[in-house]
Amino acid sequence: MDLNLTPAEQAFRSQVRALLAAHLPPDMRRRTLRARIEVADIRRWQGILHSQGWGAVHWPVDFGGRGATPIEQYLFELECAEAGAPVQLAFGLRMLAPVLMKFGSPAQQQHFLPRILSGEDWWCQGYSEPGAGSDLASLRTQAVRQGDDYLVSGQKCWNTLGQFADWIFCLVRTDTGVKPQRGISMLLIDMKSPGITLRPTVLLDGTPEVNEIWFDQVRVPVANRVGEENQGWTYAKYLLGHERANIAGVGASRVELKRLKRLAAATMRNGRPLLQSEDFRRRLARVEIDLLALEYTNLRVLSAPEAASAGTQASILKIRGSQIRQHLSELLVEARGAAALRFAGRGPGGEMTALPLEDEEPGLTAAYLNLRKLSIFGGSNEIQKNIIAQSLLGM
Amino acid sequence: MDFSFTDEQELLADSVRRYLADHYALEQRRRIIASPSGSSAAVWQGFADLGLPGLIAPDDLGGLDGGPIETLRVAGVMGEHLVVEPFLSSAIIATQALLDLGSPSQVQRLLPPMLSGERIAVLADAASAGDAARLAPVLATRTPSGFRLSGRIEVVYHAPLADHLLVSARTGEADVTNALFMVDRAMAGVHLVPYASVDAQAVADVELDLEVPATARLGEDASASLERVRETGRVALCAETLGVLDRALAITVEYTRTRQQFGGPIARFQVLQHRLVEMLMRIEQARSLVFLAASRLGSADAGARSAAVAAAKVLIDDAARFVGEEAVQLHGGMGVADESPISHYFKRLVAAQIRFGSAATHLERYAGTMDLSG
Repeated sequence: MDLNLTPAEQAFRSQVRALLAAHLPPDMRRRTLRARIEVADIRRWQGILHSQGWGAVHWPVDFGGRGATPIEQYLFELECAEAGAPVQLAFGLRMLAPVLMKFGSPAQQQHFLPRILSGEDWWCQGYSEPGAGSDLASLRTQAVRQGDDYLVSGQKCWNTLGQFADWIFCLVRTDTGVKPQRGISMLLIDMKSPGITLRPTVLLDGTPEVNEIWFDQVRVPVANRVGEENQGWTYAKYLLGHERANIAGVGASRVELKRLKRLAAATMRNGRPLLQSEDFRRRLARVEIDLLALEYTNLRVLSAPEAASAGTQASILKIRGSQIRQHLSELLVEARGAAALRFAGRGPGGEMTALPLEDEEPGLTAAYLNLRKLSIFGGSNEIQKNIIAQSLLGM
Repeated sequence: MDFSFTDEQELLADSVRRYLADHYALEQRRRIIASPSGSSAAVWQGFADLGLPGLIAPDDLGGLDGGPIETLRVAGVMGEHLVVEPFLSSAIIATQALLDLGSPSQVQRLLPPMLSGERIAVLADAASAGDAARLAPVLATRTPSGFRLSGRIEVVYHAPLADHLLVSARTGEADVTNALFMVDRAMAGVHLVPYASVDAQAVADVELDLEVPATARLGEDASASLERVRETGRVALCAETLGVLDRALAITVEYTRTRQQFGGPIARFQVLQHRLVEMLMRIEQARSLVFLAASRLGSADAGARSAAVAAAKVLIDDAARFVGEEAVQLHGGMGVADESPISHYFKRLVAAQIRFGSAATHLERYAGTMDLSG
């Protein structure tokens, strides 16, 4: 047992730090550390990373990645988060790409992977439906074969940032006569295809972060099916179980913890800084301890050889990671006091705007509201507990 | 980064586990704790045959030359079996105190009979027992030939089994221990009031009113060294508790899989499944910090060391309370029966939350030294 970074891991971290120091634009950094997420920043940052050869550290070298080990991937995410770099868009880089590398055709790999790496294509995900949330396998969007095409009809929802997407990877039903899991296929669909209608869903924080998407007889070439027909559920499960390096969001929580300390030092309560309150400081200590434990649990999982229990471990990291991040957002709102009631600005014409960045800590309340999603998306925490229970109880 | 144990460490753990499987089934343990001494001399000799009293002693003194990671591994196995013999008290804590504070001649005199299993030493220290009104209740005053020790230390684990007491004391008025003395339990002026602890271990209140020679003192100013010894003890207790927690969860999982109600095993109920999962997650979070604390015990950075130890104790206590109470609840009526194994695991977990200071104490300690810069 040696819980220090190896010399190679330290060298890798130094490389990442040097990259960030040299190439992360200060304006982007400022926005990101204030939790202001701009689509233009995400695109621009992916382009910068790609031009420096860091577009996808976790991809194998053969596909243009850096072949980083799980610990190196974790260090990369941590350093980027702490430096204030925008989060890389996961849909193409982390979710679809590993599936294409393992199950995609050579043509799909050659066409799509370089465009994901460069940021040229923006991908989104078409999984959830109005009647298929936690019970994803009950999805009903149907793809009917017609010659060399499928005709896709149905409705998807909770689609994140699809209004900017060039492509969507979708789970669709290709066989209705079998067990639900057996009749699902994965299709890659051009968002410009005729028959696609998209309507943003405004979330409780006021942002249109997700969309509803309707498919009306949308024509998709059979060549855009991933792997075999009716094997989509296998690919979807592979995709979900694949991500261990950053599922806990340790970097993001570390940034928020620092932010909380800064805010509590600057906030006066009862004539003294909030940070001097014993009650507050004890709660701060507790969340810091929980985060420290999460960090080492994450490292412990990543250091172990990939085991059959990888899914269980990812579920533990997801549950605890979301709980800690949500708890930090609660403490931030509390520390902000009455000012946390400010939610949006008003423009010259009376229209609602984002809070000005000049405000010391804008948007903490919106972030608190927005982060409710962490324990819901990607398999709710209750579903994650079901997964863990299945392995713990062997039933 | 490497979180694994070496083959040697695993072999050692396996040999302890095999010994305990043969000699420490719950029925055997039940007889041991019901015996007058509340401990088994035969088991202690068995441990000595495996070299365990010398686990952390240097090899030139006949020990196994282990450190915090070996302690972590073996203590966990002791916890799995709810061992009541003084492994932590004598082999780890008193031995660490002796090695850190004793002169070469003191070590030479005391250690060999401890390693052979003939003698047992324990640290008598209020701050190690748990939260207490006074952390330095023993006063040491100089006399022409040595020191007079007077005071009373409550709940010293394994004192009734000990040949030697390593007594922490203060030489001034402040409530801070700064000196350590070796006292033979058989000496006049040493009085023990024995009890069984809530986790069925032999404990005693130790009352002292006697004069000891100057040569009985171990080291000079002992405050920093004593704190390091306590940290060793806290981490060893946390490590032992991981073993208790693992078994408590496994026993409860097995119970819910076999207990039939409403026409099937109760493990099929989601409300119970999710509570078992919460138990598992708290154990895993605590385990990570116990590993971290054990790894930092050797660090020269006292701040980093004590922060990691305090953090580990906070999460171990959190897990101990949650897992212990839920394990009993999930056993239903059987959970509150003395004949159920789980009730004994529960009581061990209750004791772990009290020993070496509560979670509240350690959280306050952590909060007092954490980095506040944003």
